[in-house]
Amino acid sequence: MSTFATLMAASVAASENAKEAVEHVAEHAESGLFPPLDTATYPSQLFWLAITFGILLFLLARVLLPRLSGILEERSNRIADDLDSAARMGREAEAAGKAYEQSLSDARAKAHNVAETTRASVTAELETEMQAADELAVKQLAQAEAKIQKTRTAALANVDDIASQTAQAVVEHLFTKKFSIASVRKAVKATKATG
Amino acid sequence: MASGLDPIEQFEIHPAFEKFGHFELFGYDVTFTNSALMMCVAVALISLFLFTGTSKKALVPGRLQSMAEISYEFVANMIRSTAGRDGLKFFPFIYALFMFILFANVLGLIPFFFTTTSHIIVTIALALMVFSTVVIVGLWKHGFKFLKLFVPSGVPIVILPFVVLLEVISFISRPLSHSIRLWANMLAGHIMLKLFAIFIIMLFGALSGAAKLGAIAPFFMVVVLTPLEILVAFLQAYVFAILTSVYINDALHPGH
Repeated sequence: MSTFATLMAASVAASENAKEAVEHVAEHAESGLFPPLDTATYPSQLFWLAITFGILLFLLARVLLPRLSGILEERSNRIADDLDSAARMGREAEAAGKAYEQSLSDARAKAHNVAETTRASVTAELETEMQAADELAVKQLAQAEAKIQKTRTAALANVDDIASQTAQAVVEHLFTKKFSIASVRKAVKATKATG
Repeated sequence: MASGLDPIEQFEIHPAFEKFGHFELFGYDVTFTNSALMMCVAVALISLFLFTGTSKKALVPGRLQSMAEISYEFVANMIRSTAGRDGLKFFPFIYALFMFILFANVLGLIPFFFTTTSHIIVTIALALMVFSTVVIVGLWKHGFKFLKLFVPSGVPIVILPFVVLLEVISFISRPLSHSIRLWANMLAGHIMLKLFAIFIIMLFGALSGAAKLGAIAPFFMVVVLTPLEILVAFLQAYVFAILTSVYINDALHPGH
């Protein structure tokens, strides 16, 4: 009961105070002393607003915002540069890859060439050598044949002598009579001619 | 009533340094007031923020530099999407407006700090600055063709005069809505916060014993409203800036 009464009294007091406060506002307004409507303070406010806002505008336009935009611009330039150089490096890497491929295929072609020429030269050399060997063989063959021919001729020449001597020996043995070698030879020749 | 419990007291303007007294210029009182002090603080903090944020010029930004860059990109994207690429010529102006209002709004939420944007004269001065920029740039770039802004294409000739009238009225009322939106948001938000804060003190003083816990209710409201006001502080700066770029778009590309 008593708490309720105090609460009531308090709320009444509070509301009265609030009413007073509101009246105070109204009072200000009525007497023209409500500060925002007090024209006496206007010149000072306008004066200082003009000065402070003017200084702010000047500082921003001339010093502070250029600094800020400079930083932002530098960053965006840096990013663009980095992207550019990344693209450039990519292109370079690609070119290097291509150059590598190129040199690889060049080397391959060269190796092929070298192998081919080597083979060709070896073949040619081989051929010449073969030819030389052939020629040599032919020559030697001819020499050998000539030699054989000579030997044969010699041998054939000797055959008559041998035949004559043999015949002489045979005849001497058969007939126990000496025949001159010249007569035997003549007989051999005659026999050869007939037979 | 004690002055501490007055929700309007926070908007009062008085000399920042009492001992220097009042200054006058051409017969006008141009005393360096608490409002002027907060404007200077806002400008100093913005400059400090951007200067230290850009001092390292790091390729990979640190925290402060990242925030500075985000604020730059945020405003730049806002302008690009509303006024197109050629709107970026007004980038310093719009960025200055955005940062100035944002810092004024947010700084004003710190207890005992004055909110410069809670005064209509400040917001209307900013709005008129935008308005005159739009008119001057529009006439400079397009001459009489700038008036096409008031003549939407494809409207039947019968109702065209009314449409033109409406367009003119809406154009002229722009600085008003532009400035009052910001001012009223700041004013209302601060009054509301202050009122609930006052309720905490009043309830706590009026209640006795365990009932003093009843003061938790307005305290809870203050806790909820504070982040909301921080959001509003940012949002109103954003709204002011984006409307500025929309208006500048009209100056650059009149004709719907």
